[in-house]
Amino acid sequence: MRVGLFIPCYIDQFFPDVGLATVEVLQRFGIAVDFPSAQTCCGQPMANSGCTNETRPLAEKYLQTFRDYDYIVCPSGSCVAMVRHHYSHYLQERPGFDHVQSRTFELCEFLVDIVNVESIEGVFPHRVGVHQSCHGLRELRLANSSEQVVTPFNKIAMLISSLEGIQVTRLTRPDECCGFGGTFSVFEEAVSTAMGMDRLRDHQQAGTEVITAADMSCLMHLDGLSRRNAMNIPVMHVAQILAGRPLPKEPVTA
Amino acid sequence: MSRAAAHDHASQAAAFVSDSRRAHWHDQALWFVRAKRDKAAHGVAEWERLREDAAAIKRHTLARLAEYLEQFEQAAKGCGAHVHWAATAEDHNRIVLDILREHQARRVVKSKSMLTEECELNAYLTGNGIDVVDTDLGERIVQLRGESPSHIVLPAIHITKEEVGDTFHRYLGTDAGASDPTYLAEAARGHLRQKFLRADAGITGVNFAIAETGGLVVCTNEGNADLGVSLPSLHIACMGIEKLIPRVEDLGVFLRLLARSATGQPITAYTSHFHGPNPGGDLHIVLVDNGRSGIRSRPKFFDALRCIRCGACMNTCPVYRRSGGDSYGATIPGPIGSVLHPLRDIATHASLPYACSLCGSCSDVCPVRIPLHAQLLAMRGEVAESGELAWSKRMLMKFTSVVLRHTWLYRVAGGAVRWMVPRLPRRVVYNRWNIWGRNRELPDMPRRSFRALYRRRHGS
Repeated sequence: MRVGLFIPCYIDQFFPDVGLATVEVLQRFGIAVDFPSAQTCCGQPMANSGCTNETRPLAEKYLQTFRDYDYIVCPSGSCVAMVRHHYSHYLQERPGFDHVQSRTFELCEFLVDIVNVESIEGVFPHRVGVHQSCHGLRELRLANSSEQVVTPFNKIAMLISSLEGIQVTRLTRPDECCGFGGTFSVFEEAVSTAMGMDRLRDHQQAGTEVITAADMSCLMHLDGLSRRNAMNIPVMHVAQILAGRPLPKEPVTA
Repeated sequence: MSRAAAHDHASQAAAFVSDSRRAHWHDQALWFVRAKRDKAAHGVAEWERLREDAAAIKRHTLARLAEYLEQFEQAAKGCGAHVHWAATAEDHNRIVLDILREHQARRVVKSKSMLTEECELNAYLTGNGIDVVDTDLGERIVQLRGESPSHIVLPAIHITKEEVGDTFHRYLGTDAGASDPTYLAEAARGHLRQKFLRADAGITGVNFAIAETGGLVVCTNEGNADLGVSLPSLHIACMGIEKLIPRVEDLGVFLRLLARSATGQPITAYTSHFHGPNPGGDLHIVLVDNGRSGIRSRPKFFDALRCIRCGACMNTCPVYRRSGGDSYGATIPGPIGSVLHPLRDIATHASLPYACSLCGSCSDVCPVRIPLHAQLLAMRGEVAESGELAWSKRMLMKFTSVVLRHTWLYRVAGGAVRWMVPRLPRRVVYNRWNIWGRNRELPDMPRRSFRALYRRRHGS
């Protein structure tokens, strides 16, 4: 089984440990990964701005980079949703596209649905708040959304719940958007930061010690707000928790 | 130039959010409605199946709209109604005025109708000497204040009870400073009762029109539509052509979804059926296109016509809740409005598809399964294609795309940012063009990228 690792651009540049943790978690289940170094970005910022011509070459680059792998695994729900749900707009009918589209997985869903992981060994004695990033939630269906009337399930919570000592906190709004939204975070800055602050307050009242998610972009936004307002709620990507990283020391910047 | 007239959601939203007490109160009020909706929806085990059925019925009806419209016209005429066809908002307004003039009607009571808001009927009739009173309590409040509804189901959701007290004191003579909801509602009831009693005609919207029977269904919680068309002998019902459903038996699917999605009620307090005029009275039905055929002919946005105007997408939208309905500068705000308005006038409403974090909650809450967030994304493509994307945004995306297309350029650019940011003084990094940094810290810049660390550990 040839597994290609897709590390989104902002994780590659700003959060390298999330990539390393992803490699380690996969290795623990005997999965060797390969990191094709031609990769850059899935093109989502351009796509979400409506810039089709600027997106297509990046979708093509992704296809060329990953077409020969059996599976492609990525520690970002949003980037995977881009490939699975939106690439057809740019790559329909292209040779190899169906394969790449159906074989690209977010880390947690790959572990649960393909590797059939039910529990994971480790200790994490902390109160963890799970942030359900929207694209992972409502496009990849990593969990049921609160709007749906279906049997509840949650792949991220299921994986981390098996760690010893962990406690998942209860939020008043279990899956409200944090307000990151890619370029939305800048072009609608006022609403974006208001949404993020509301999420942080919800985690605060729930007694969350650390917020986790399958998307580092939401966490980057929440962390930026938390540090600016000295709220002392650090963030960890779910791969870092699964790989056994300790709780980060929150630098206070007020 | 169209740019000058273009509406900018972001700046309006920023103004609303800056009053953080009001913004929080607005968010909480609407979240309360969303939570009620959740409870009501979870009480129906077959909820998701109902949504699918509703979507399928609407899809079918819209695909054969011409047939069903003709069937409806025949059946409605058979019940004794007059049926009018309006291609545009102007046609609609003129038809309504002509009917009123023909009946020498000067005083009109109107129940809630987003279509008449869309056509700006009130202003038109008032300009032609007709006295129009909105009889839905929220709409009356908004009308007295000279504003427009900020929500399609809860028109005055942005107004506090204290502000309502001030408005009523000024226009209805209630006690100064009084803000008790029961007292104010009682005052409104007395005021509106006089309007009902003296009205020459009642105008209503239509929630559903049934092709096989020619019947109309109007849903309200205040009974104002019923009073408005029972006291005067003239009833004018205004409806968009997408309001049709084929059969009476289809109605149950929609009635079970509508009130639960809108307010979390199992059913609206009043669900009134009209088949033809009251004895001795007249019923005129005005069927309005006003751009709907155009939307129907665009496969990408066809689904938006399924909308039953429940407002659930507004209640759930995290952006709408925090930015207020007025920030959209459009008759229908929120997710569905951000699809429908650019379809009519993309230059004016180009900012609306971007007033969205693409969270997808609207798509999951929509009782007729309109893939709203996908439509908002598709609409951004239309905005860019029609040249309405701001020059700075377009250039930024062109530049970013070029960098990301070339792995070496991407690596150099990433390395430069990681090297430079930690070395610059804080006030330079957090300059006034760094919008991210206004209220947020940037991530700490690591010395090495993932790819560099990976190469070290695992070889090339």
